[in-house]
Amino acid sequence: MTTQEILDGLKQAVIDGDEDSAASFAAQAIDAEIKPMDIIKGAINPAMDVVGQAFEDGDAYLPELILAGDAARAALDLIIPTISTDDLDGSVQGTVVIGTIYGDAHDIGKNIVSAILAAHGIKVVDLGINVSPKQYIEAAFAEDADVIAISSLITTSLPYHREVINNLVDRGERDKFFVVVGGGPVTAEWTTQIGADGYGRDARDAALVVTQLLEGLAEGNKAPLAAPILVGALEHG
Amino acid sequence: MKTLITSRSKSVTIDSEGPVTMIGEKINPTGRKRLAAALTEGDLDYVIDLAVRQVDDGADIVDINVGVPGLDEVKAMRDVVAAVSDAVDVPLCLDSPSHESVAAGLDACQARPLINSVRGEEASMKEILPLVKEYDASVIALLLDEEGIPETAEARVAVARKIIERADSMGIPIEKIVIDPLVLTVGSDSNAGRITLDTIELLTAEYGININLGASNVSFGLPDRHTLNQAFLGLAIGAGASCLITDVAKMAPTIHAADLLRGRDQHGTRYIKYFRAHAPKDD
Repeated sequence: MTTQEILDGLKQAVIDGDEDSAASFAAQAIDAEIKPMDIIKGAINPAMDVVGQAFEDGDAYLPELILAGDAARAALDLIIPTISTDDLDGSVQGTVVIGTIYGDAHDIGKNIVSAILAAHGIKVVDLGINVSPKQYIEAAFAEDADVIAISSLITTSLPYHREVINNLVDRGERDKFFVVVGGGPVTAEWTTQIGADGYGRDARDAALVVTQLLEGLAEGNKAPLAAPILVGALEHG
Repeated sequence: MKTLITSRSKSVTIDSEGPVTMIGEKINPTGRKRLAAALTEGDLDYVIDLAVRQVDDGADIVDINVGVPGLDEVKAMRDVVAAVSDAVDVPLCLDSPSHESVAAGLDACQARPLINSVRGEEASMKEILPLVKEYDASVIALLLDEEGIPETAEARVAVARKIIERADSMGIPIEKIVIDPLVLTVGSDSNAGRITLDTIELLTAEYGININLGASNVSFGLPDRHTLNQAFLGLAIGAGASCLITDVAKMAPTIHAADLLRGRDQHGTRYIKYFRAHAPKDD
């Protein structure tokens, strides 16, 4: 098989949510000495974009998105250990700790964002639901994270977003992590008001925000940003 | 088991041996922009209209959730509860995780409403259960705690047991508690429905307690959600659910059908009455 055939096969396997086939194509790609980042950028990311778009459009359903994420994970589990530091030049790398905020038990949106971030080769540490501000911060230090990602669906838990940021400020450690927020009731105005670093309306927007923050980090940007990165914010009026 | 919920002029009994009690879910601004704007602007007429329409559609109880970012929730709860209490005679369900907000609603409604909700976390039990006691109200208990939503039916029952025992130790009888076993979407875990049904069966066998469900989450991320929601409602009612927070206009026919089919509607009176009142008219 040619390089292109292997990458196309892997892309299709991820789109189809076929874990075994995705792992098999990933192994072939590694044997064929295709660079790890070329496999990720040439097959896995575009596959997740296809499935993510189909989900947004109502043409694919949640179980299919999850299966695609599992297939991407199976391929990445083989690919990531072969990545050497040389390969990482120009690509995004980083660690995100993610969770649904205290008082909120909704995890679907958070799981979708996790799957898409992981499919981009970003290390994702999922703290689950009902995560207290203290737990985010402790996990972020324990994992040496770059980004704290907070998901919310219910409005009454929104004040805890601010508490995460205020706790970091009080500890004199606001510069250690970018903080991004998202979910149903979260708006661009809220993001700006609490001094967070980013907001994405849907899961792909969230991935774009995190990617941009990590790229910025590589270029020397530090938290907190003077103004947050806002992707997919709805126009009001 | 009978759980008595009252307004100033009317009482509703959630009854594990009777027909299902329907709680209208629509006064909740999550995902409802028009309502969020109305609450922010203090447009109580819009909120009252939502309450009246749900009662016309057959709601036995109306849920009141006023959580909008940046809004003074305590004041909004007080104002909305007072306004809705004047406009409809059915009891209310005060929906907020904040005990200040719940307390404001309790003060405003001057009755024994249903509080939505207490959770199996220490902080939540400490804040909410004293209000249940003080106001002689009833409360929906969500089966999650500091660890999140348990993944097995047995572990969810353990959270229920913890809440029931804590309430009992404070002198709150078990009939004041309505358990919500929670349901996640089968879109992300195809066993999610099964776990909830098993939890309902275990709780019904052990306590005979009233069970509430918010039943539309089960179908998230899947096509033809209404069919899934209807099937799940039927199964949940069959397993022992006695109270549903739902879109009453949409789900009442399924609920009345399930009540008739399991022998909770003598001579099909409720089913026929609902059909006559709501069936599309022939021209």
